[in-house]
Amino acid sequence: MSKRRVIPGFGLSLGFTITYLSLIILIPLAALFLKAGGAGWDEWAGLLTSPRVLAAAKLTFGASAAAAGVSVVFGLLVTWVLVRYEFPGRRLLDAMVDLPFALPTAVAGITLCAIYAPNGWVGEWLAKWGIQAAYNWTGVFIALTFIGFPFVVRTLQPVMEDLGREIEEAAATLGANRWQVFSRVVLPLLVPALITGFTLAFARAIGEYGSVIFISGNLPMKTEILPLLIVAQLEQFRYEGAAVIAAAMLIISFLLLFLINLLQRRLDWQNR
Amino acid sequence: MSVRNVTTESAPIRAVLITVAVGFLTLFLLMPLFAVFIEALRRGWEVFLASLYEDAAWSAVKLTLLTAAIAVPLNTLFGIAAAWAVTKHRFKGRALLLSLIDLPFAVSPVIAGLVWVLLFGAKGWFGPWLAEHDIKIIFAVPGIVIATVFITFPFVARELIPLMESQGTDQEEAAVTLGARGWQIFRRVTLPNIKWGLLYGVLLCNARAMGEFGAVSVVSGHIRGQTNTLPLHIEVLYNEYQFSAAFACATLLAFLALFTLGMKSVVEHFSGHVGKGH
Amino acid sequence: MSISIQSIRKTFGTYKALDDISLEVPNGSLTALLGPSGSGKTTLLRIVAGLEFADDGPGKILFHGEDVSGIPAGKRGVGFVFQHYALFRHMTVAENIAFGLSVLPRGQRPAKTGIRDRVLELLRLVKLEGLEKRRPHELSGGQRQRVALARALAIRPKVLLLDEPFGALDAQVRKDLRRWLRVFHDEIGLTTLFVTHDQEEALELADQVVVMRNARVEQVGKPQAVYDQPRSPFVYEFLGNVNKLHEGRDARYVRPHEIEVLFAAECDPATDRLARVQHLFSAGPVATLSVRLDDGQFLDVELSRKQLDELALDVDDEIAVRF
Repeated sequence: MSKRRVIPGFGLSLGFTITYLSLIILIPLAALFLKAGGAGWDEWAGLLTSPRVLAAAKLTFGASAAAAGVSVVFGLLVTWVLVRYEFPGRRLLDAMVDLPFALPTAVAGITLCAIYAPNGWVGEWLAKWGIQAAYNWTGVFIALTFIGFPFVVRTLQPVMEDLGREIEEAAATLGANRWQVFSRVVLPLLVPALITGFTLAFARAIGEYGSVIFISGNLPMKTEILPLLIVAQLEQFRYEGAAVIAAAMLIISFLLLFLINLLQRRLDWQNR
Repeated sequence: MSVRNVTTESAPIRAVLITVAVGFLTLFLLMPLFAVFIEALRRGWEVFLASLYEDAAWSAVKLTLLTAAIAVPLNTLFGIAAAWAVTKHRFKGRALLLSLIDLPFAVSPVIAGLVWVLLFGAKGWFGPWLAEHDIKIIFAVPGIVIATVFITFPFVARELIPLMESQGTDQEEAAVTLGARGWQIFRRVTLPNIKWGLLYGVLLCNARAMGEFGAVSVVSGHIRGQTNTLPLHIEVLYNEYQFSAAFACATLLAFLALFTLGMKSVVEHFSGHVGKGH
Repeated sequence: MSISIQSIRKTFGTYKALDDISLEVPNGSLTALLGPSGSGKTTLLRIVAGLEFADDGPGKILFHGEDVSGIPAGKRGVGFVFQHYALFRHMTVAENIAFGLSVLPRGQRPAKTGIRDRVLELLRLVKLEGLEKRRPHELSGGQRQRVALARALAIRPKVLLLDEPFGALDAQVRKDLRRWLRVFHDEIGLTTLFVTHDQEEALELADQVVVMRNARVEQVGKPQAVYDQPRSPFVYEFLGNVNKLHEGRDARYVRPHEIEVLFAAECDPATDRLARVQHLFSAGPVATLSVRLDDGQFLDVELSRKQLDELALDVDDEIAVRF
């Protein structure tokens, strides 16, 4: 087959892309896996089954899944309201949804602390009811929800805008009531986007660091997240240990993303 | 009972949904934003201004600007090259390349810092060699820069790829048949069509570069006045219980975030007009 | 300048888009590449333009006897009009038309006033005087099409290539522009090759029609010739309405206007067949009868209104048909 191309610049742009990608991303990640691979089975097993790592993994994955789940529920509601209804301040709120993307995580971290700590704006009020919303699981969960829910809104929004009223009108003329239209016609069409939104929020939450460490309290065995354990290993110059935890996190993240990608392709295919 | 449009909910249900959504957004978005400014001014303007004029704060701002000034142009160049290769051409391995470009999104910031420590740290692959030649990367400015480059790697590319994909190759092909050559095609035909998307990608990349915390925290060593970026400086102040000073510095980053969001609306406004040409 | 296409093959992966195509486009002619979608006509046009490359092999494209296969699109001297025009959205009409001149190397580039004169001349030629400051989104479909044409002509191409030139237009504009293009072609006399899937368009506009199907050329000839002497059932069915009659194992093709209608009493069993009128469509200058033959097959017949009035036909009448 002929290698000639009509639009110029292919060799240059692809060459630069691959070189840069390799230098900045691929080689460093390969170095990480090499280091982790060199650690040996005992180190892996010993580290990954240590109670502190297991507790951190349970917290990280559990709170991330819960936060992504809540993000899906509120993300769906918020998107619906922003797309379907007209009310004062709608455009401003729509623009503000991206705030967690744009606000540096350290700022988010200290601010959420100021709000949810026992002496904070909302925390004080919650404390009266005996609810503690910082320095525990709830604190981690709140930070991860803050970080995660814009992903759901921004994945869902274009799909919902493109939905068109026709299929809803069709369902209504066939006698479905509003709830039936939503649950049996609209919602199934949104499921692939909801899954993508969940995945993005979940993946981001697993790795999140800056917004969590201030509000989590970082108590070993209780409120330590996995990225913090990597930092702890590094502070003791235990490079292999850090690499092992990091490699395990990456493998799990990639696998999850891959599986959900597969699931989504099947759903997309069915909806066609 | 009045007859209503079949594709909307009844007024009470609408009111409830709007109230819940607005309440959630207020609690989760507006309140944190206000909190930054109110906490910053809690001990008055003088403390606020003093925290910003402090030497350590200044050097943190300078380092933050320097880091962004290196990372953003590099990743902009990469974003344009990658988008050009991937959207204007078809080749084997294109899908793989697309997922590799997205890869950093799935990597924790802490890991983005860790990889550089493993390469260039005291006990890393190149650590001994660097020590021999008296080059410092980790716990020094170069480490902060490369960690930031890693983190902000996909931002411009992710903004440009869908945009350029949707524009197709017709206009470039037309320019080719009219005799335009490589650089002319990009500058005179492609660039005007992507300028708003490119601008927004650059702004997002910049916001992240200036605000990155996790990756930079791992490689910085927190040397006050030397290797603290603004987010790290905020952390140090916060951990020293200088809350008002921490929030005062945080207002700078909050303004950056608001500016970025505002520019997004501006860009959407303009690209909406430009993009609906055909 | 004539175009000669010789043994061109093109595959995309395992899909055969063009299978050994050879074709002559005479100098100054207006030639239509006609075929259903997927027949390879657009790919062929893009290969002539240099926007796509044929598979390695003996295949060649010659312009006036000179092999241009190795010449890149920008130097081949082709004017190409894209199906959706591909106008540069951010440029005015004048800037669009001037583009090809303004990207010439400094030594060959005309002076600013030279470019401006050429743009105005082209605007006059395509009847768009006064619109030079407009942007593409402020123009109608037909106007955009003519801007695209002017832009392609600005570089003084040796041949003009049009991809579905009327595909994106409404029916009425389409008809007007078709006539206009025919006159325009006769004025400038540039060898022109265009792609279409609309048989009416090809027959009305072209000097030469090339019917394509499944990556191959099915028939080449003057419009009248391909219409009257189709070489295959495909061409018969693709060009205009046709009745397909089964006679034993064979199929026979008869165009509706070639059938003569007689009173049943005049039926000559040697040449004619009896039929019964099923439907009658008489709105318009030509009336169409749908008749059922004695063996149960249906046949469409076209008659002038005058003939219909003379026969005074009605539904269920028995008639004779001769073809």
